[in-house]
Amino acid sequence: MDKIWLIIKREYLIRIRKKSFIVMTLLGPLLMLLVMFLPIYLTNQTQTERTIAISEQDFDLFSKLENTDYINFVVIPNSIFSDLKIKFDNELYYALLEKKEDEIILSSSKQVSLSVSNEIKSQIEKKVEQEKLIKLGIDISLLENAKTNVIISNQIISKDGTGQKSKTELSMAIGFISGLLIYIFIFMYGTMVMRSIIEEKTNRIVEVIISSVKPFKLMMGKIIGVSLIGLTQFILWICLTSLLFFVSQAYFVNITEVESTQEIEMQSMILEGLMYLNNINLVEILLAFLFYFLGGYLMYGSLFAAVGSAVDAEADSQQFILPVTVPLILSFILIQPIMENPDSSLAFWMSIFPLTSPIIMMVRIPFGVSDWELLVSILVLVGSFILSTKIAAKIYRTGILMYGKKINYKELWKWLRYKG
Amino acid sequence: MLLKAKNIVKQYGDFYALNNANVAVPKNSIYGLLGPNGAGKTSLMRIINQITAPDSGEIIFDNEKLQRNHIKDIGYLPEERGLYKKMNVMEQCLYLAQLKDMSYNKAKDRLMFWFDKLNIKNLFNKKVEELSKGMAQKIQFITAIIHEPKLLIFDEPFSGFDPINASVIKNEILELHKNGTTIIFSTHRMESVEEICTHIGLINNSKTILEGKIDDIKTTFYDNSYEIVCEDHEKLKSTFSYKSKKHEKNKHIVSINKDIDYKKFMQDIISKNKIVSFQKKNPTIEGIFIKAVQNG
Repeated sequence: MDKIWLIIKREYLIRIRKKSFIVMTLLGPLLMLLVMFLPIYLTNQTQTERTIAISEQDFDLFSKLENTDYINFVVIPNSIFSDLKIKFDNELYYALLEKKEDEIILSSSKQVSLSVSNEIKSQIEKKVEQEKLIKLGIDISLLENAKTNVIISNQIISKDGTGQKSKTELSMAIGFISGLLIYIFIFMYGTMVMRSIIEEKTNRIVEVIISSVKPFKLMMGKIIGVSLIGLTQFILWICLTSLLFFVSQAYFVNITEVESTQEIEMQSMILEGLMYLNNINLVEILLAFLFYFLGGYLMYGSLFAAVGSAVDAEADSQQFILPVTVPLILSFILIQPIMENPDSSLAFWMSIFPLTSPIIMMVRIPFGVSDWELLVSILVLVGSFILSTKIAAKIYRTGILMYGKKINYKELWKWLRYKG
Repeated sequence: MLLKAKNIVKQYGDFYALNNANVAVPKNSIYGLLGPNGAGKTSLMRIINQITAPDSGEIIFDNEKLQRNHIKDIGYLPEERGLYKKMNVMEQCLYLAQLKDMSYNKAKDRLMFWFDKLNIKNLFNKKVEELSKGMAQKIQFITAIIHEPKLLIFDEPFSGFDPINASVIKNEILELHKNGTTIIFSTHRMESVEEICTHIGLINNSKTILEGKIDDIKTTFYDNSYEIVCEDHEKLKSTFSYKSKKHEKNKHIVSINKDIDYKKFMQDIISKNKIVSFQKKNPTIEGIFIKAVQNG
């Protein structure tokens, strides 16, 4: 067995048995689920029926309001209303509504939900507007007829001439999620490589090991071992998340039974999205994701490895880590503007430049990128990670044997020129 | 010769770690590699272990040019040594042994044997962070020798051991030597060099300044010194025509000219004084070390 496999095996097994790995693997899908279901849960919360009391003297106000699915308006005698204002009974009513001069006051024993007060506001506004229009002698039915709703459906003309429907929102979502995942992956596992190298160095085991294997193999074994851990974690996340998603979806549908209009709307949106998903080249996106995921990680991983080898403790790594992470953070910040303008020259150059391409190209791909651009970007990234591992290996093999010395950039430059 | 390093040069920037260093380690010797701090010993050991490559010069190992597959024939216990703290002892030893091209099963057998021999069988399933420093050192010793190499390189092997465990390790080294292993051994403890080395090589300022069999070197450095212990110090002094190199209480160390007859010198002293003991004073390795470094 080649020794690099031994190293990969150790790096993999040692991490997969760690408590933190198991906790993260289980916690990830739960968090994802929370993000997915919390909005649904919260909208369900607002669906409970609420009764809002208005006093007799504000009957004018009452006449402007109509009951909705979940808000009922009732009129109560003045005396009861003023009693309630002193001693509120939240068993009976959700809130009290009254008019004082130009102000409308909604009072309750606790904070009134935003959706309720928005509903009241819009109903009153609409009514008052209508009244004003009538006073001005304008026919409301004419106004209603004049209202128009334009739907723009985007189409991309592909090379074979067939028009395909596209969905910008979906492209944005896919681009954003894959860019974000790559960013997290590189950061998490890159620093993991760095920490592990610092540990070997401070443990002083490194000299024993490199008397058996070449430093390059040790470094690559470590980088590859950690990348496999990352892949394992992501695959487990995807499996667990989809499993949990389907299980909890069934559960949610069961307990709510009567599906609210919002839920139906959401489901139809998802269905529609799935339809458009067929029009986007999923295989291309998936392959590109895997490539940029690994390519970006290999390049950054080797740079993190070089930093780890040059320092004695993680605290000293700041000065070298910063230039490594700046392009990474920059591309993360620019995800939003690039999604809005995926064909700008900034987007183009950032998707070619190897330190930013793993994230930026993934953001652009769902919007459609020409083959030659993709090819150039891939070739540049492959070339760069070969180059960066070579440079990192040179720094690494000198750095790991250098103890107790403060290293600066000049020193690193010298190491690059030492002979094997 | 098991190992020959010829004209080794290793440069770091403008600094020469080794500058035409030459070392010849005979088969089945215990070779003490000596030198002041920063002389280049560790650099040389790293080159022999192929951790770094020399800028020029060549290393011949067992009549072949040193290459990657010699790694399994060399065992190394570096001065800067350690273990993975969070890893299980047995797993870690197996990993390190497999990195030296041992098969899993053979490594397991040999580990059982050595853990038993050093009386630390109870440590198998512990994590390294639970061990005392001495215990961890024993495990490092085992991982260095487990693959039964032809050449063992120990850099300060006794540091971190209490006297009892140091002598356990010393005896193991001597036994390995008896069974035919060649040992290169670097230390600053001259008394252990004196005790166990058959050969020494002295490196100073990146060069080998002295090398050979310990007995031969001692003969070369012998300066006709004798140690005389007498009852009456004052009397000896008065009857004494030879210049005393140094004396403390009743002990004198005298160095005589090479052309003076040793027997006549002895009779001369014995006839006039009450002598407790009279012996040839061999140079110590420490003395040779200091002299060679100061002259060279």
